[in-house]
Amino acid sequence: MSKILIVAELDGNSLNSSTRKCVACAAATGADSIDVLILSDQCGAAAAAAAQIAGVNKVLTVEAAHNAAPLAAVLAPQIAAAAPGYTHVFGPSTTFGKDVMPRVAALLGVGQVSDIMSVVSDRSFTRPVYAGNAILSVEVPADKIVVATVRTASWQDAPDGGTAAIEALNVDCAIPGHTRFVELASAASERPDLQTAKKVVSGGRGVGSEENFALIYKLADKLGAGVGASRAAVDAGYVANDMQVGQTGKIIAPELYVAIGISGAIQHLTGIKDAGTIVAINKDPEAPIFEIADIGLVGDLFDIVPELEQKL
Amino acid sequence: MEKILVCIKRVVDYNVRIRVKPDGTGVVTDGVKMSVNPFDEIAVEEALRLREAGKASEVIVATIGDSESQQQLRTGLAMGADRAILIETAAGVDPLTAAHAFRALVEQENPDLVIMGKQAIDDDCNQTGQMLAAIWDRPQATFASKLEVEGSTARVTREVDAGLETIEVDLPAVVTTDLRLNEPRYVKLPDIMKAKKKPLETLQLADLVSDTGEQIVATHWATPAARSKGVMVSSVDELLGALKDKGLLA
Repeated sequence: MSKILIVAELDGNSLNSSTRKCVACAAATGADSIDVLILSDQCGAAAAAAAQIAGVNKVLTVEAAHNAAPLAAVLAPQIAAAAPGYTHVFGPSTTFGKDVMPRVAALLGVGQVSDIMSVVSDRSFTRPVYAGNAILSVEVPADKIVVATVRTASWQDAPDGGTAAIEALNVDCAIPGHTRFVELASAASERPDLQTAKKVVSGGRGVGSEENFALIYKLADKLGAGVGASRAAVDAGYVANDMQVGQTGKIIAPELYVAIGISGAIQHLTGIKDAGTIVAINKDPEAPIFEIADIGLVGDLFDIVPELEQKL
Repeated sequence: MEKILVCIKRVVDYNVRIRVKPDGTGVVTDGVKMSVNPFDEIAVEEALRLREAGKASEVIVATIGDSESQQQLRTGLAMGADRAILIETAAGVDPLTAAHAFRALVEQENPDLVIMGKQAIDDDCNQTGQMLAAIWDRPQATFASKLEVEGSTARVTREVDAGLETIEVDLPAVVTTDLRLNEPRYVKLPDIMKAKKKPLETLQLADLVSDTGEQIVATHWATPAARSKGVMVSSVDELLGALKDKGLLA
């Protein structure tokens, strides 16, 4: 009998799609039941969305003012208090899940499986190590609760189709006051979200400046694509950190990924390995990006990108 | 602030192209260059900057590993740490065991701040800092890109998927570093000579933590499937044609 509890990630008060990936992964384990736990100051909208996901049995809400911001130190004891009775506790391998889930695991006195790529059995999984240059199979002993994060790029969204019950949950635990939320500075964008976009256009150091990035935005808008960047472009200050794609940024799996002026450092390639089709545009024919690109075009991006944008 | 404890890990150097052993029992590490985990180097640098700014008086570097890990502790000392502690064990440890070992060390040293990398680039777990904070029952500020210490609190800017989040934590606390926190200094030869004279204490892991048994069993290593080689096109028109052929453009 496996019972899986999924810790939902919220954007403000709405459900982040990473929660659907966790449901897909949980379903792949052959779980007997899947519950979703929502911690927020306003759970309503996210709970309603989670209740519609196919495969979800129950949605549990913990609505409290102290859950307004996703502080790991505040959320973890509540999640740990909700965990008894479950065989597995899953969260997404996003910065939210990476922050909170190990704290939950330690409170429960167990290890954590990070970044589940595939499910072998209900206690056996594969995960990437060495920046994805090796794939490790791991097994959690039968007497231990399985605490894990789900590598979102490896899983499809679990679709709608469910009608789960929504229940308020009382958790009995002390809430620490030693950690306080101050602010979230977010580069608001009208473009498709990088992590869920079907198409992504990314720029690298070759783009040369913040102003030149206008070329990338223009092409992305024509394609209806999200916009990403390499670490070099972020470090150089061309774009904000939340656009970074790669090992330490976002790991994404769009149907189409267009890399412009990106040489293709291994850390960047780690972030795009699961993309459907990778297009590379770079003036250096020796750039490593061409080793993994499905379609490569050597040339000056300042000629190619405007022409491409115009002909689309 | 009195003391900062920096936890570091000896890992395969980030420039090494990893090879999985043919029998799937691990990756090849014989004769491979080993270094301080890059995120941990950033942690050492940040601690040194706090000390240099007069915000702390002592920086201790600690690691868990076999005697070879002394090399990485010496690197930390050469960067400028005051002393080093090796928690010695022949076998590798999982993040939970590492967290318990550092918790025991915290008990001995009473640091006001513990800094470590957000993840080690070998197992990519991203767990130890959070686990230490949990069992210590103290705040955590993970993925830090900015750290300001003022009195008994720290204000930390964190790199999160949605942008930059700022939190305030009471000290003592655990901070884990992200790449943009700082750029670690280069170690100069005289510093390496000086580091040899700095104190390096060795403790035994078995004396600090009781064996909790294997948490997660690694069963097999494999080489990931490679993406198949693509095609090169020579013009924008050819590129558009290739995208249409794949059904990616109308």
